[in-house]
Amino acid sequence: MDKEKYAKLEQEISPKAPLLKNVIKAFLVGGTICLIAQFIALFYMTFFDFTERTASNPTVATMIFISMLLTGFGVYKKIGQAGGAGGAVPITGFGNAVVSAAIEHKTEGFVLGVGSNIFKLAGSVIVFGVFSAFLVALIKTILVKMGVVSW
Amino acid sequence: MFSIYITSFIVGGLICVIGQLLFDVAKLTPAHTLCILVVTGSVLDGLGLYEPLIDFAGTGATIPITSFGNALTHGALAEAEKHGLIGVLTGMFEVTSSGISAAILFGFIASFIFKPKGSV
Amino acid sequence: MVMKGLLTFPSTPSIVATGVTAGPLEKKSAFQAGFDKTYDDERCGLKTNEQGHSKLMEDACMIALSKIDKVPSDADFLVAGDLVNQMTPSSFFATTVGIPYLGMFSACATSVSSLLTAALLTEAGMSKLAIAGSSSQHNAVERQFRYPIEYGAQKGAATQWTVTAAGAAAVAPYQKGLPSIERGTVGRAIDMGMSDPLNMGAAMAPAAADTLKRHLEGHGASASDYDLIMTGDLATVGFSLFKELVKNQGITEFENFSDAGMEFYGNNPDFKAGASGAGCSAAVYFSEVYQKMKDKEYKKVLLIATGALLSPLSFQQGETIPCIAHAVELTMK
Repeated sequence: MDKEKYAKLEQEISPKAPLLKNVIKAFLVGGTICLIAQFIALFYMTFFDFTERTASNPTVATMIFISMLLTGFGVYKKIGQAGGAGGAVPITGFGNAVVSAAIEHKTEGFVLGVGSNIFKLAGSVIVFGVFSAFLVALIKTILVKMGVVSW
Repeated sequence: MFSIYITSFIVGGLICVIGQLLFDVAKLTPAHTLCILVVTGSVLDGLGLYEPLIDFAGTGATIPITSFGNALTHGALAEAEKHGLIGVLTGMFEVTSSGISAAILFGFIASFIFKPKGSV
Repeated sequence: MVMKGLLTFPSTPSIVATGVTAGPLEKKSAFQAGFDKTYDDERCGLKTNEQGHSKLMEDACMIALSKIDKVPSDADFLVAGDLVNQMTPSSFFATTVGIPYLGMFSACATSVSSLLTAALLTEAGMSKLAIAGSSSQHNAVERQFRYPIEYGAQKGAATQWTVTAAGAAAVAPYQKGLPSIERGTVGRAIDMGMSDPLNMGAAMAPAAADTLKRHLEGHGASASDYDLIMTGDLATVGFSLFKELVKNQGITEFENFSDAGMEFYGNNPDFKAGASGAGCSAAVYFSEVYQKMKDKEYKKVLLIATGALLSPLSFQQGETIPCIAHAVELTMK
């Protein structure tokens, strides 16, 4: 059997991802995480001196804190398994990537293990975020200078 | 006021659905998916579209990772407005610092406390 | 007969004893009754996953030796391997027991490649007692090949779960009333262009089918000669593909076919397609299969251990997954 034929057979036999089910679960899990964050934002706006805009910073930090606890107690991987992208895309998923890498590499020490591996998974998100932000801001700044668009 | 809870849930959920489609249909790894979403958030801010989304959906727009790209770009643009091109470099982490510093801090603290456990 | 990877052992070396150890989750295994020792802690009470990994293998070896009232210094050779980078868990255990040591890497097919090597040394008259074994520890292997243990990546239905288990077999010149090694086939590395490391069964199935074909044709045997033909860790997806490939070879009866990885955790959906890992086939072959041979339930079995020869690096560089399958034929006279 040649490679092409085998690839076809493999496609036939390997189970397909249950797309509709996965999409619904991602929607519900991701939506719920955002909703919880909205309540946390409400908390910061009610009890501290935050506005709707500035509440976003402490809210994000709090969500990452919750994500740390859930990751440490082995709950976040279950959320990720059930929710798929619903668990990965919110900032809690970013937190999970950082925290899981950190505790994984504890056995290699705090400097060589935790320190150097903490962004093993999340690092690429930061790199691509920074680079695209640079490009976008650069282009926009140049366009503004040329008078094509305004701020 | 209450509508923000509904829009937050729906918009946040929908961004995750895009992520799930990138997983299952485009067969991308989680890392590739998240990078695409971050770049998308950054581009949307360049087009001036992400801030209106935050006004509309609150945490539904600020909690998904797209917001990270938006915040980086937003910081860079705000500084660029003040200081010109050099601001593009200096302003980037102005807005996002809390997410990254929280992740580093809590990740490091977690490594004191927790051990990975190979449970199902 | 010496040709093209086909092995025959006229002196039929015997497996005189086996030892199998397994981790806490493996207590739920369909084969757990045959395990000699299970641990409540996945690191066997030690500090790191890798130390626990080493301990698993060491205990399996010591158990096998103790069953024949031997100590490590009685053994002539140790042939063992695992999946962790440079096989340090096996090497650390080799330093503890001090037996002359050949490290063996055939990924998850190491159970059979080490057994074949031990049998060859015995056949050549160079060994009176050789220990063959392989092991895997879930955390140590997954962190290397996949993600950190606590990372919430969604696993698809074709994903396999690396077992925490070790199996060791003591090989000695023929002894009456014990399962003996009659024939074997060294596999060819086969790459059918599969590149998904989360569907390794599909990558490995062609290697298993190739080795089965070469074994049967080369040794003039037919599939129905065996009471059991058991592949290593193809799991549900890989095993279905394997059957399709074997059908093309003209075999249509699958009554006596089975797969250790597919059966390992029963039908528990938490483990997706089933088990994998160098310890998977070793733990099953050297417990349940060995015991059933000793009980004369099986007279002749063909064990085809399968291995995916990928590394995290080769996957990231976009390479496909080369695979291997080694076969050993055990008989009970």
